[in-house]
Amino acid sequence: MAVRVDVRTSASLLGVVLQALTVPLAALVGVAALYGDSLLPFVVPTLLSLAVGTGLQRFERSAPGPREAFLLVALAWLAVALVGTIPFVLTGAGVFASPANALFEAMSGITTTGATVITDFGLHSRSILLWRSVLQWLGGLGILVLAVGLLSELSVSGAQLMETETQTQDVTKLAPKIAETARLLGGIYTGLTGLMVVVLLVLAFGGLAPALSLYDAIAHALTAVSTAGFSPEAASIGAFSPAVQWATIPFMFVGATNFVLLYYLLQGDPSRLRASEEFRFYLAIVLGATALVAISLFVNGRFGTVETTLRHALFQVVSIVTTTGYATVDFDLWSPLSRHVLFVGMFVGGMAGSTTCSIKTVRWLVVLKSFRRDLFTAIHPEAIRPVRLTGSPVEESTIRDIYTYTLVSVVIFALLTVFVVVDTTWSAAALSEFEAMGAAASTFLNIGPAFGFAGPYGSYAGFPVATKLVMTILMWIGRIEIVPVLVLFTRAFWRS
Amino acid sequence: MRVIIVGAGQVGSSIAESLDDDHEVVVIDTDDSRVESLTYSLDVLAIEGDGTSLATLREADVGAADLFIASTDDDETNIVTCATAKTASDAFTIARVRSTNYLQTWEESGGAFGVDFMVSTNLLAAETITRVIGLPAAQNVDVFAEGSVLLAEFCIPANSPIAGQTVAEADDQFNELTVAAVLHEDGLIVPDGETKLATGDEIVVIGSAESTRAFAADLATDRDENRDVIIIGGSQIAVQTAELLGERGLQPRLIERDPERARELAERLPQTTVMSSDATDREFLTREHVGDADVAIAALGADEKNLLASLLADRVGVDRTIAVVESAEYTDLFEAVGVDAAINPRDATAEEIIRFTLDGRMENVAIIDHDRAEVLEIQIDDDSTLAGQPITDATDDLPARVTIGAITRDGEFITPRGDTVVEVGDHVVVFVETEVVDAVASRL
Repeated sequence: MAVRVDVRTSASLLGVVLQALTVPLAALVGVAALYGDSLLPFVVPTLLSLAVGTGLQRFERSAPGPREAFLLVALAWLAVALVGTIPFVLTGAGVFASPANALFEAMSGITTTGATVITDFGLHSRSILLWRSVLQWLGGLGILVLAVGLLSELSVSGAQLMETETQTQDVTKLAPKIAETARLLGGIYTGLTGLMVVVLLVLAFGGLAPALSLYDAIAHALTAVSTAGFSPEAASIGAFSPAVQWATIPFMFVGATNFVLLYYLLQGDPSRLRASEEFRFYLAIVLGATALVAISLFVNGRFGTVETTLRHALFQVVSIVTTTGYATVDFDLWSPLSRHVLFVGMFVGGMAGSTTCSIKTVRWLVVLKSFRRDLFTAIHPEAIRPVRLTGSPVEESTIRDIYTYTLVSVVIFALLTVFVVVDTTWSAAALSEFEAMGAAASTFLNIGPAFGFAGPYGSYAGFPVATKLVMTILMWIGRIEIVPVLVLFTRAFWRS
Repeated sequence: MRVIIVGAGQVGSSIAESLDDDHEVVVIDTDDSRVESLTYSLDVLAIEGDGTSLATLREADVGAADLFIASTDDDETNIVTCATAKTASDAFTIARVRSTNYLQTWEESGGAFGVDFMVSTNLLAAETITRVIGLPAAQNVDVFAEGSVLLAEFCIPANSPIAGQTVAEADDQFNELTVAAVLHEDGLIVPDGETKLATGDEIVVIGSAESTRAFAADLATDRDENRDVIIIGGSQIAVQTAELLGERGLQPRLIERDPERARELAERLPQTTVMSSDATDREFLTREHVGDADVAIAALGADEKNLLASLLADRVGVDRTIAVVESAEYTDLFEAVGVDAAINPRDATAEEIIRFTLDGRMENVAIIDHDRAEVLEIQIDDDSTLAGQPITDATDDLPARVTIGAITRDGEFITPRGDTVVEVGDHVVVFVETEVVDAVASRL
C-alpha cells in the first residue's frame, strides 16, 4: 500500500519553521558579541537552520490535512530541540560536555518544561543562559499557536473543549483566518512579556529590586508568561527581592489563563472570563492549594512573618500549577503536606488555550462533572444529563477523549516512574520513590523542578543517561498533547 | 372593520365566529367542503383558494382589508401569506406559527416577514399550562389587568369544603372573589346568591390573584402547590412548558422515548431532568417514583397518546394530570374520563388574535366553554352605563345580565359588590354570555 501522508508538505512547512528559527538565533549572535562570548555556538546553528530550512522549504507544498499537520507538529518540536541543542554542545561548558545533557536542556527549553541539568551556573556564558530563556519563549509562542490554531483544526479534545469553554462557535472565528487569530494571541503574548520587562525595570529603578539588571528582567520575562521556568540564577526568583517575587506571580498566572478569554478581556469584555467555569476552577485550585501550603508552613513555623509565609506558599503553588517551575526557596525542604500538595498540583496545569502544560484544568473539570453525572445516572439510568461547561453541553465523544487522555497521561507517568526507579537503582544513584515520581511527573507534564537532587535548587544532571533520554522524549510527547507523536506510530496514520 | 382570515381550521373558524356579527369577514381556505360549511353556518364571505396566491387575495379584496389573519396549520404558509398580503395592502397582518424560531426572529428583528403580529400556538399553550400548574385544581386560567386579576375555571371535587355552600357564602368567605358562572351539563348558569354549589360543578371565578389562589387551595385541600412536575413527551409544547417552568425555578422531569430527541432536549433545557424511556413502561414509572409527582403534563403530540399517558399517570398516583388536546371536541371528553385539565392550544391562539379586533376601550378577552360566554376587560369612559352609579343600579339599566367580576382602580383591586360605584378610568372585568355580548359591550 502506498504511503498516504504527504510528507513533502510537512517537510516544506518544517522548512518554514526552521527558517523562522534563524531570526532568534541570529539575535543571539548579537547578544554573544555584546557580552564578548564566543560567536561560534550561535553562528553554526543559524547557518544550519537557514540551509536546512531553505532546502526543506523547496519541497512541493499542497494544503496540509490532519495527517500532515500531526507530522509537522511532532517534527517541528523535535527539530527545534535538535537545533537548540547545538549552542550547548558547541560551548561544551560544564555539564554540556555530555550531548545527552545538552539535548535534555534544549528539549526542556522548547517544551517550556524548565528542568535543568546545569549544576554550576557560573560556568556558562550570558548568551547561553539567555538562549535557554529564548527557547522557552519560542516554545510558549509555538504552543499557543498550536492550541488555538492547529489543534482545533485537528479536533484534538482539548481544543474542542476550548470552543465550548470560550463560548465561541469556533475558536478560530476570533478572526476569520487562523493566521490572524495566531497573530492576535501572539500579540497578547508578546505584549505581556514586554509588560513584565517594564514592571521589573520599574521595580529596579524604584529601588525595590536591587539585584535585578535589564538582562535579568528580559531573561525572566521570557520564561514567566510562557510558564516555562528557566532562570539564569541558581536560586531562580529566590535571588531577587520580595517585590520581584510578588510581581512574577501574576504573569505566571496569566500565562496559564486561556488567551482567548484574555483577548475578550482586553477588548473590554470581562464577562466571558468571569463566567468561565474553567477559570473559576483554576482559581479555586490555586487558592485552595495555597491555603493548604500556607497553613502547613505556618504551623511548622518555617517563615517568620505572615507575608513571607503567604508569598512563598502562593509563589510555589502558582509556579507548579501553572507548570512554570520557578522557585523562591527550596520547597524540597518543606513539610510532607506541602511537598505532596505541590506534587499533586503538578497534574493539574492551567487552562486550555494558554501556554500551560500538564493535563489542564478543563480536562479535570470535565472528568469531575461527568463522574458526578455518572453517579446520578447510576440511580436514574434513563436520565439523559449532558455535561455542561459554562452552560454549553459537551459532546459525549469529547468526554470520552478526555477520559482517555487523562488515563493515558497517568499511565505514562506511572511507567516513567518505574523506569526512573529501576534505571537509577542500577546506576546506584540515591533516589526515593517519591522523588522518582516527582521527577517523572515534572518532566512528562513539563513543569521543571521536582524533589530530591532534582529539586528546585538541584539539577537533573545526576540521572543516568538512559533516564535523561527517556525524559527528553517524554517531555516532547507530553508538550504536544501526546496524540501528534503517538499517532505517528500507528499503521492507520501511514496507510490509506 | 374588514377582516380577512386565511385558513378555516379550528382557530380560523372560531375567530370568524366571534367576529362575524360586527365585522365584515372574508375567510379563505383551500378545502372546498370547509368553505361550503362556513358559508352556511356564519355570516361571512368564504372563498376557496390558496392564500399565498395574490390572485386569491385580490378576489378577497385584500386592498380594502383592515386586518389580515393567517391561521392555517402551516407556519411557512402563514408567513408567506402575510408577506404576500403586505404587497397589496396596508392591513395589519397577524400570523399564527407553532415554531418559536420564527417568533424569535420576528421579535428580534422588530417585525420581519411583513408580519405585524405573530402568535405562537405552542408558546401560548405552554403559558396556559404553566398558569394552570400555578393554581392547584384549576382547569383553565387567564390573567387580566396585568396580572392583578385572575379568571379561573374549577371543577368542585368531592369532599371539598365549598360543595354544598351557596354562592353568597362562598363570596363572603373569599373577600376579593366573585363566582361568575356555574357550568352544568345542561348549560351555563349565571348564579345569584342563592345558587348552591355541588360536587362535580364546574365554576368560573374572577378575583384578585391572592384570593383566587386561596380559593384554589381551599377547594382542593389535599393538593399542595405543584412543585414536582413531570412532562410526558418531547413535543414543542413540552419544551416550551419546561422552559417556562425552569424560569420559575422549578426543575421538571421530562420523559421522551427517542434517545436522540431526548439528548437534544437535555442540551436545550438545563433546568430539566430529561429521561429517555417509554412513558407507558410501568416498571420505569415505579422505579422513578413518577407517582409521587404533584402534576403530570401529557404533551406527546397525539391526543390519544396524551389521554393514555394522563390516565396511566393518574393510575400510578400522580395528584393532577394535564393533557394537551389538539381537537377541541375532545376537551370535555378528556375531563370527563379523569384528566384534570385538558388544554387546547388553539383556544389560546384564537383569544390572542381576537384581542386585536377589540375596539379601543376593550383591553382583553377570554372565551369560556366553547364560546358560550366571554370575559371582557374594559376601561370605563364617560359614556359607559356603569360610570358613576352603584353596580346594582347600573346592571338594571343594561339590556341583559352581566356579572362584574373585578374592578381595578390605579392598579388597586376593588371587590365589586352591589353598592360599589364604578368610576371613569376603572378597569372592569365582566362576564357576559356570548349571545348578548354585542348588545351589552357597546353600553359598557
